[in-house]
Amino acid sequence: MPESSYDGKNNICSYPAMPPSRQYSQSTMSLLPVSPYSGPKDFCTEANISECMLYISQELSSLGLPSVFYDLNGIRELDVLSTLNSMYSLLQLHQRAVGAVEDLEVEQLKVSSDLHCQQLTNSKLKDQLELSKKENVRLRERERQLEANIKTLQSCLKNEKEEVQKLQSVIASRATQYNHEMKRKEREFSKLKERLSQLLKDKKEKKHGMEVLNYVGRSDGRRSQWKTGKTDARHESEMYKTLLNEFDKHQKELMLENAELKKVLQQMKREMVGILSPKKHSQKEEKCPENIDQQIASDEEETSEMSCEYAREKLTNSIRQQWRKLKNHVENLDNKASMVHKEKVVGEMITKEIHQEEMERLKMEIQQCKDFIQTQQQLLQQQLNTPCDEETAAVLNDCYMLEEKERLKEEWRTFEEQRKNFEMERRSFTEAAIRLGHERKMFEEDRATWLKHQFLNMTFTEHLNIKTQTGLSEYSGQEHKHPSGPKTPL
Amino acid sequence: MNFSEVFKQSNQLCKVSPDGQYLATCVQYRLVVRDVNTLQILQLYTCLDQVAHMEWSSDSLFILCAMYKRGLVQVWSLEQPEWHCKIDEGSIGLVSSRWSPDGRHILNTTEFHLRITVWSLCNKSVSYIKYPKACQKGMDFSADGRYMALAERRDCKDFISIFVCDDWHLLRHFETETQDLAGVEWSPNGCVLAMWDSCLDYKMLLYSLDGRLLSTYSAYEWSLGIKSVAWSPSSQFLAIGSYDEKVRILNHITWKKLIEFEHPATITNSKAVVYKEVEKRPVIGTEDLSVHELALGSSLFNSQSKYEIVSLPAQVPVVKPDLDRANPKIGISAIAFSADNRYLATKNDNMPQSLWVWDMQRLGLQAVLEQTAPVRCFVWDPRRPRLALCTGNGKVYMWSLAGCVSVKVQAEGSFQVLSLFWHGTGDSLVLLGKDQLCLCYLATDEEK
Repeated sequence: MPESSYDGKNNICSYPAMPPSRQYSQSTMSLLPVSPYSGPKDFCTEANISECMLYISQELSSLGLPSVFYDLNGIRELDVLSTLNSMYSLLQLHQRAVGAVEDLEVEQLKVSSDLHCQQLTNSKLKDQLELSKKENVRLRERERQLEANIKTLQSCLKNEKEEVQKLQSVIASRATQYNHEMKRKEREFSKLKERLSQLLKDKKEKKHGMEVLNYVGRSDGRRSQWKTGKTDARHESEMYKTLLNEFDKHQKELMLENAELKKVLQQMKREMVGILSPKKHSQKEEKCPENIDQQIASDEEETSEMSCEYAREKLTNSIRQQWRKLKNHVENLDNKASMVHKEKVVGEMITKEIHQEEMERLKMEIQQCKDFIQTQQQLLQQQLNTPCDEETAAVLNDCYMLEEKERLKEEWRTFEEQRKNFEMERRSFTEAAIRLGHERKMFEEDRATWLKHQFLNMTFTEHLNIKTQTGLSEYSGQEHKHPSGPKTPL
Repeated sequence: MNFSEVFKQSNQLCKVSPDGQYLATCVQYRLVVRDVNTLQILQLYTCLDQVAHMEWSSDSLFILCAMYKRGLVQVWSLEQPEWHCKIDEGSIGLVSSRWSPDGRHILNTTEFHLRITVWSLCNKSVSYIKYPKACQKGMDFSADGRYMALAERRDCKDFISIFVCDDWHLLRHFETETQDLAGVEWSPNGCVLAMWDSCLDYKMLLYSLDGRLLSTYSAYEWSLGIKSVAWSPSSQFLAIGSYDEKVRILNHITWKKLIEFEHPATITNSKAVVYKEVEKRPVIGTEDLSVHELALGSSLFNSQSKYEIVSLPAQVPVVKPDLDRANPKIGISAIAFSADNRYLATKNDNMPQSLWVWDMQRLGLQAVLEQTAPVRCFVWDPRRPRLALCTGNGKVYMWSLAGCVSVKVQAEGSFQVLSLFWHGTGDSLVLLGKDQLCLCYLATDEEK
């Protein structure tokens, strides 16, 4: 828009304009109403002159301008003067409007630039606010740290004060002790001074010596020896001997202890390997446990022979290794167990609750048993304590004994009966066995005679066959009778 | 338990001979020697003045009687009653007198510890040892009697001299790193010498027999230190009791602390048994008062007492000491190992009525005995793990693993047991009162 007015001012139009009018450019022309369907169309044509005039007058009258036509005998005639004046006033209006528009445009520019400025300042202020907030947070943080610092320092100070107090009390006690000792020494010193002065005064030495009836022999019976260099050396050597003996004894004890501990360690190692190796069987090749066994054997040989640093280290390292493996293994088992425990709802493994219940039950049982034992003890105690008459006691005892006796008698009776039965059965069995033996013998004899007869009959002629056959049948009949022969009544 | 009749003694001077056959007592200026079993008087000697110290020689043949005020020592022979020996220290005074381990030399310490004179009963030789130190325990003989360790002080420095008791030959002489040496003690195997500083400085030094420093042990600085020391009979442990109410046990292999035994006012240790002595005054008219009990002497002053087991946690009565005074009554003042090394008995001075027994195998508290009066004296049986103690009343108390027993001394009149010691066989106890003594023969079993 501003461009158009600026351009409009430079372009000088050829219109014969009296007042300095605005120069119109192409763009102003474009302001003219253009029909959307076609190009710029003429508003007034030859046909609709009077309607146009009427319309224009109406429009102008709405703007407060006189009409452009006058009525001459019912025909609208164009009043050129008023038209030109109207046109002029319209142009004026237009100019004024354009000016107003320009002013408004300028105004708008100003406002927008103001707004832009405001926005810039706003964003700047926001940034500043952010910064100051951060600063604030930082300062708060610092303040908190300083306060914590103060607290620790205060507690340190308290501790130091306490320590100082303690030290002061210690110093005080030491001071009293020193004073006491000092006083004691002073007293002794004064006594010494007194005694010395007394001695100097007295000056008569009291007899100082020993009187004895006769000298006694030494306790070990030997004579005392002169003090020579040899005796000194002897004393030294004796002293060293004592020390050496003690060291020897000590060392022996320590060696024994060491050997014991080594044995224990080796056993532990063996057992640990034993526990671990079955697992290895299932997981790894079979070579491993064998290797380990070999290793253990060789280790033990070495360690039992050598007792040097190297062997000790080897043993301890191998123990540590095994222990670590065992620990891992146990941890794995634990994990597996916990997982399995989670999986199984009613599992074969005893869950913790069931285990606890069992424990509770067992505890209850134990308690009951204990109570029972206690009551028994009490009763027993009562028995022993109550000074009942001897008769009643005897009677009571007898009662119990009687019961016992009766019971025992019953048992004895049944036992006797059973014994008798067994006896009888045994007898019958022996008799049966004897009988069987007899019968067997008889049978053998019969068989022998029969065979003999057979043999004999075979040598005879066949006309005796019939006889022997009949004889045989008779004989077999007789044989059957035989076993039932000797029958003793029971 | 049988009690013998009561005999007179003065000054708590009553000793059993090393061979266990004789009992020597001092009554004023008389020395009475009795047979231990029959208690019949075998010998009677008269000294020149009231006897202050009496000691048997190691072979039980001689008895030494020292009279410090007069500066005299008299030696009596048991075999030959007419034999006499008198040592007069003269104007130099006498502060202590003792036998040497061979029983033929007497060591007299002069007044102010100016010197120690070694008198020989075998010959005319006299030895002098200069600058002995006047301290809690400045002289100690090794258990086999071969060596003597003596603390000396010259030019404000502490020294130790080791003598061979055979001929008093000076074997070793060395300076020690102590500020103020308070005591020396040989280990029972005679190879290690323990020495400790005064209570102002907690320092324990261990030297070998040949004078080499083996180790130094110091538990803490500045506060009051060592109060009592005891070796275990096997020389395995060294127990150090200190003013901080703890006993520290050092082991003989590394000479480092093995364990620390504390004496808390509340016992929560579950394995310990707390015995509390409860006095029961006999009330006339109870149903089960039999004639037997009445005859036992139920005067109102001598009441019976028995032990009750207190359930844990138990409170131990504490007496707060006056810390403004020197040598405050706090800390472990007495330690004793049992003869089999198994137990350790300790007494804490600010819990004076309690005695603590520790198990050395388990290294834990075994029992606590709470008496009705401060414990005066406790001694272990030389053969068995059995402890006898007394509190100054008319009873004797004994502890063993089976339990505790309190026995009233059956004597005419009142007998206050002030101290006691065992006979060497562990079959009898000698009870000492103020000026009386009584023997207590023990049965082999005891009930709770």
